[in-house]
Amino acid sequence: MITGIVTGNIYSTINHAFYDNKRLLVVEKTRADGSRTGDYIIAVDTVDAGPDDPVLVIDEGNSARQVVQAPDAPIRSVIVGIIDHVDVVS
Amino acid sequence: MLLGKVIGKVVPCEVYKGLESVPLLWVQPLTRDLKKKGTPIVCADGTRMAGPDELVYYEGGREAAMALDPWFVPVDHAIIGIVDDVHVNEGD
Repeated sequence: MITGIVTGNIYSTINHAFYDNKRLLVVEKTRADGSRTGDYIIAVDTVDAGPDDPVLVIDEGNSARQVVQAPDAPIRSVIVGIIDHVDVVS
Repeated sequence: MLLGKVIGKVVPCEVYKGLESVPLLWVQPLTRDLKKKGTPIVCADGTRMAGPDELVYYEGGREAAMALDPWFVPVDHAIIGIVDDVHVNEGD
């Protein structure tokens, strides 16, 4: 899983059937200390994450398909959590 | 998934079984603020409706093969959808 911050969203009407009325959020990846890496990913939202929310993103197909319960959906990145607090030891 | 811009089309005369009817488009990967990033790649068009200069989002790996019909054809990038609008929060 990777951590990130929601920095925007995507509107799309012509897309693969699975993505109809799914929320697509632009998530900028962050490091453990919360600093942004500049990379981004577009992920399907399943936890109603809002703008500037620190989120947890699954970036692997099989787990994503389990989360959305669609065994043959072309999906790889899913937002699965909104982060409240991060403890980094070293 | 990542953002990309359709910059061209690839028309093969010989192609692998299952890919005969799949449009292959040149896509330039973009950053979050729609600037060019890296070299263009050839994507199979899952929507079959993406035209030149259109903003699309594409997926790589196995999910690309699953986005096509017939699925599980040998492709490594596929266009999942055409972007109507990208909204980026102010201050980002």
